[in-house]
Amino acid sequence: MTDWVSVCTLADIPPQGSRVIKRAHGEDIAVFRTLNDEVFALFDRCPHKGGPLSQGLVHGKSVTCPLHGWVIALDGGQVQAPDQGCANKVLSRLEAGVVYLAL
Amino acid sequence: MVRKKLVVVGNGMAGVRTLEELLSLAPDAYDITVFGAEPWGNYNRILLSPVLSGEQAFEETILNDEAWYAAQGICLHLNQTVTAIDRSRRVVRSDKGIEASYDRLLLATGSNPFILPVPGKELKGVVSYRDYHDVRFMLDAARHKQHAVVIGGGLLGLEAANGLAARGMSVTVVHLSAWLLERQLDQAAARLLQKNLEARGLAFLLEKQTEALLGNDKGEVRAIRFKDGHELPADLVVMAVGIRPNTALAESSGLYCHRGLVVNDTMQTYDPRVYAVGECVSHRGMAYGLVAPLFEQAKVAANHLAGHGIARYQGSITSTKLKVTGIDLFSAGDFIGDDTTEAITLADPVGGVYKKLVLKGEQLVGACLYGDTGDGAWYFRLIREGRAVNEIRDQLMFGESAIGDSGHAGENRSASMADSAEVCGCNGVCKGTIVKAIREKGLFSVDEIKKHTKAASSCGSCTGLVEQILVNCVGGAADVTPKGEKAICGCTEHNHATVRKVIREQHLTEMSALMRYLNWRNEDGCATCRPALNYYLISSWPGEAKDDARSRLVNERVHANIQKDGTYSVIPRMWGGVTNPSELRRIADVADKYQVPMVKVTGGQRIDLLGIKKEDLPHVWEELAMPSGHAYGKSLRTVKTCVGSEFCRFGTQNSTQMGIDLEKDLFGMWSPAKVKLAVSGCPRNCSEAGIKDVGIIAVDSGWEIYIGGNGGIKTEVAQFLVKVKTAAEVLETCGAFLQLYREEAFYLERTVHYLHRVGLDGVKQRIVEDAAGRSELYARLHFALSFEQDPWQERIKAGALRREFEVLAL
Repeated sequence: MTDWVSVCTLADIPPQGSRVIKRAHGEDIAVFRTLNDEVFALFDRCPHKGGPLSQGLVHGKSVTCPLHGWVIALDGGQVQAPDQGCANKVLSRLEAGVVYLAL
Repeated sequence: MVRKKLVVVGNGMAGVRTLEELLSLAPDAYDITVFGAEPWGNYNRILLSPVLSGEQAFEETILNDEAWYAAQGICLHLNQTVTAIDRSRRVVRSDKGIEASYDRLLLATGSNPFILPVPGKELKGVVSYRDYHDVRFMLDAARHKQHAVVIGGGLLGLEAANGLAARGMSVTVVHLSAWLLERQLDQAAARLLQKNLEARGLAFLLEKQTEALLGNDKGEVRAIRFKDGHELPADLVVMAVGIRPNTALAESSGLYCHRGLVVNDTMQTYDPRVYAVGECVSHRGMAYGLVAPLFEQAKVAANHLAGHGIARYQGSITSTKLKVTGIDLFSAGDFIGDDTTEAITLADPVGGVYKKLVLKGEQLVGACLYGDTGDGAWYFRLIREGRAVNEIRDQLMFGESAIGDSGHAGENRSASMADSAEVCGCNGVCKGTIVKAIREKGLFSVDEIKKHTKAASSCGSCTGLVEQILVNCVGGAADVTPKGEKAICGCTEHNHATVRKVIREQHLTEMSALMRYLNWRNEDGCATCRPALNYYLISSWPGEAKDDARSRLVNERVHANIQKDGTYSVIPRMWGGVTNPSELRRIADVADKYQVPMVKVTGGQRIDLLGIKKEDLPHVWEELAMPSGHAYGKSLRTVKTCVGSEFCRFGTQNSTQMGIDLEKDLFGMWSPAKVKLAVSGCPRNCSEAGIKDVGIIAVDSGWEIYIGGNGGIKTEVAQFLVKVKTAAEVLETCGAFLQLYREEAFYLERTVHYLHRVGLDGVKQRIVEDAAGRSELYARLHFALSFEQDPWQERIKAGALRREFEVLAL
């Protein structure tokens, strides 16, 4: 059973930016907002060397990791070739300006 | 929507490269059909010689297998030669009767080997050297025949001869001219080459004109006869006397041909629906038989096929390399020269080294290297860049200076490195890994190597070595386009210079408007272009263009330096490296309170607090109550000073105060790359001003100003700019130079590279000789700086900027 938990509003996330959700238990989650106000969430860890993806530059539906420049697809966590790997994705949903995550 | 139809005739490197470029620009623009006369997918033709000599398998040369065409949705007709084009109906037809209609047609029919019109040319055992079919024929012949004669002592002929000798045949090379490779080498170098090849068992007959090929009663070739009556037994004859553009199809359809299918600068033939690329075309009277120009043409043709309509092909400077293992030969540009050029030569016949550099005016225009080709890539780059080399003329022959180049154990010659030797010290990439990637993945540029192997993708100090390896593997096919000419990133085809120009001329102040104006492919760019565009906008239109925090990389967005564990380092500014007990006490208190894991003195004469959590940053800044040190930015970093005349018994001027004044004068300055200054109080130069972007050395009669030094990846000594008398002149001169750099350099280009590109003389004219221009530059710098505040102070206050640092708790 997944629980949809409201974490913040769309306005809390800057466009082309992200916020970090700190949890009492479990890893930090990065919630991203694209230029077109789509919202995505990933565990805040790059599959390469664990860089905080939340601190990366958001472009299109991707984020570039701040540590070594890997490009990660926001919608599935897939790493752009020729690098290989996948970031852990968290299902997200935007309803009436409120962001929900499936936790 | 019905998609337009594109038909490509010719499945070789030029045609398919055009498709790859087109698919990256406009993946859905066309339904694509490809006709190829050979039964294989696109293979790397320049690797046929290693296949012939047995150093590589044919399968390794395949660039695009049939699965690739299927994945791209391309309809591929192999083994089919297109025999007719009906331009009024816009249909092509193959020899097997297949028809395909087109909206746009791309002809990439390549070239045909030239066959000497001598009696006996049709005998069995006479072959050209052009495609894999020919290679298979030769390999078969090598198994049961003995005497091979290769007609033609050019690149292809010598590679064929070497391959056949490696397969056990006795080989004689017959050549019309007085020396081998007369188009690539001068006589002295050719003699060295011939000696070397003779030592490997090849025989040569020079200045010999073939009269006839003689056959036996089975119609097989048995001998070759020359004009002078001399005969030589031969049961395999390879004709490698040149190529001719294959224009039969184009001519039969009425397209204008003259020594090739004639195209304009957009790669369009006289029929605007028909484009052409590769060895079949004639552009400005030139037909190219090398790979690099074909790739440049492919880019242009793809740009127009995609409907972008802005790229132009303006001809290519070419380089060649003989692909015979153990023989190093490289030539580029105009290495023969004429009355208007000068040549520098180095000849060591015993050591087997010959080098010739051809200069025209201040520029290097050609190079011919034999025996030691390690610097070929560098010379080729200098030729391509057209950079003035008079300043380094006396050093030119000895190659790229490698003083202080760190990260690869002092190795500067890739050819002498073992496969297991580490090339990239940052990412631990060995030479063998790079060579393997180049061969297996068909890489032709350093950028591609960076992506696939990670070599040269971190600090970049091994870029030159990687480039050497690339040139050694693929020779003239290497894409060594200067950075300034390259597109900024995959989001655009425009280069840095164009973008800067457009921002100024069109008075663009917003990134979205700029991207729209230049048809950016991605709506909001990528992590490569956005920081560059943001810098160009704010430096071109200070006060008007708004700094876009979301286009800053993490360090400049949060005004601290991210560490490997995601924490940050904080370096407060200490003007001129001078501090006091109260500042030190606050630093100590902060370090205690936030349990800072490491407190370290930096190389820039200040103190670094490492391991601070992002959410603590605003508190740390507030409690430090010191300005930002900008140690994280493409900006003014520090001004290093010595104690100067206030304390030092040798000091001639108050260098400490000069440093503080400079640092305050330039505070908050964003720049294309980081900028470091230093001021020394005497020529003993304790502040190491000789390796700073701007270095000042006090002497009794004033101040000497040096620019373009660098103490990083590659140690570069700063060059003398001017000597001035007063501190005010120091401020104005340094500020004016840095403003010039801010206005003209490309993003991430350090002062030393900027100076290499534009030349010190030009900078001297504008900064030293033109007093009015200098003061205008200085005024523009101050205007730009008037909008800058201390970024830490701005973020201490509550509000939107502060929110960046707050986490959401769940």
